[in-house]
Amino acid sequence: MADQKEQETSVFTEEVIKEVIFRVHRFSPDDGKPPRMQDYKVPVKRGMTVLDGLHYIRDNLDSTLSYRFSCRMAICGSCGMFINNLPRLACKTQILELEADTIEVKPLPNYEVIKDLVPDLSDFFEKHRSVMPYLIREEEEEKIDPPTNEFLQTPDELERFLQFAYCTKCGLCLAGCPTVATDKVFLGPMALAQAFRYNSDTRDQGFEKRLELLCVPEGPWRCHFAGSCSEVCPKGVDPALGVQLLKGQIVFTKLGLKKPHKIAPLATEKPEAKRRPGIPEAPPRTVKKE
Amino acid sequence: MANGTISKPENRLGIVGWFYAGSFSFERYAYILHRITGLGILLYFLLHIFGSSARISGQSSWESLMHFLGKPIFVAGEYLVFIAFCFHAMNGIRLILGELGFSIGKPGRPVYPYRISLNRQRPLLVVFMIIAVIFILLGGYDFFIAGH
Ligand code: SF4
Ligand code: FES
Repeated sequence: MADQKEQETSVFTEEVIKEVIFRVHRFSPDDGKPPRMQDYKVPVKRGMTVLDGLHYIRDNLDSTLSYRFSCRMAICGSCGMFINNLPRLACKTQILELEADTIEVKPLPNYEVIKDLVPDLSDFFEKHRSVMPYLIREEEEEKIDPPTNEFLQTPDELERFLQFAYCTKCGLCLAGCPTVATDKVFLGPMALAQAFRYNSDTRDQGFEKRLELLCVPEGPWRCHFAGSCSEVCPKGVDPALGVQLLKGQIVFTKLGLKKPHKIAPLATEKPEAKRRPGIPEAPPRTVKKE
Repeated sequence: MANGTISKPENRLGIVGWFYAGSFSFERYAYILHRITGLGILLYFLLHIFGSSARISGQSSWESLMHFLGKPIFVAGEYLVFIAFCFHAMNGIRLILGELGFSIGKPGRPVYPYRISLNRQRPLLVVFMIIAVIFILLGGYDFFIAGH
């Protein structure tokens, strides 16, 4: 009886609430046809996401539909699409929340299209790579991976960049950016926010090196703070904040009004991890160590 | 194009993307207006140089040009440039402040519902837009009432 009651009040009912039209972008480089939109009828249950809708199409209506996804929980950043005119993650967007009878799904704008809903993110990752998004140390022995020991950083120092470390590289911010809409070479909000993230990390000594890469016409000065990147970012990374802070960081450091950050020292002792009482040993390895 | 394949669509929003790319906050449209007003002011500057150069051809050609430019349509045009200038100047100050890191807040943990830099600087935007409107109204009074 209690079970039945629970089932009735649960939001995860199997009941079909309505039927919507999925208007999906189709394009295949091999069939010789120009890009077009194709309609599919999708029955919607409560809690169903746009990604679930695409799965429904692929499983029941058209197995040739291509799209990217992996985690289906807004963590991997694979399923970015242009859904009802905004860049969104398909797995984080519920169909009912869109309050529309037609769901238009297109590939993320400002990226070339490989097939159907699959954008070509190679430029995006290239821009990321170009700002040296990793810790740069001057000591010879710390340049190798792994470093010889931990770097010591306070919680306050961590807070200065942590927000930007939440970026999942989903690419939505560049799809939303009006500068990227007309400018192919602009580094874009993700790479620039990541440059700020590493410049502000006390374990990093790469500010001067990155400065050479950033003080170019396609660098941060081409951003004019429309803020659209932050509006569409699904992880609250606020890349527009990172880009503006990067500009300030460059100006004030170059004018000598801001001192370079203190450099995190290398821990002198190896941290010794002690097992807390009551925590059992890990089970034996199932795969032999080479 | 070999084997019947066609090249990848570029799918860039282009200039259309400046005007419409979904529902965004006012700041995106301020960005676009800033560009348009900037180009407008530049165009006016070129016309102004061109107009002033009539001075070289002597007093009479200068006066006849001034008489011609005194027509209501040109006064209205000049007022449009003044509106563009007020917006561009006030929005420009807001942008300089934001771009140097003022008014936008500090990084923090992204806790849902997210509050972003755009929301934090909005009061400043409102203040600067109010100042711009005051200048525009005062200018209108001078252009069309006090100046006539
Ligand atoms: S900043 Fe946000 S929108 Fe841009 S790639 Fe990272 S997570 Fe995605
Ligand atoms: S599938 Fe991983 S973010 Fe959507």
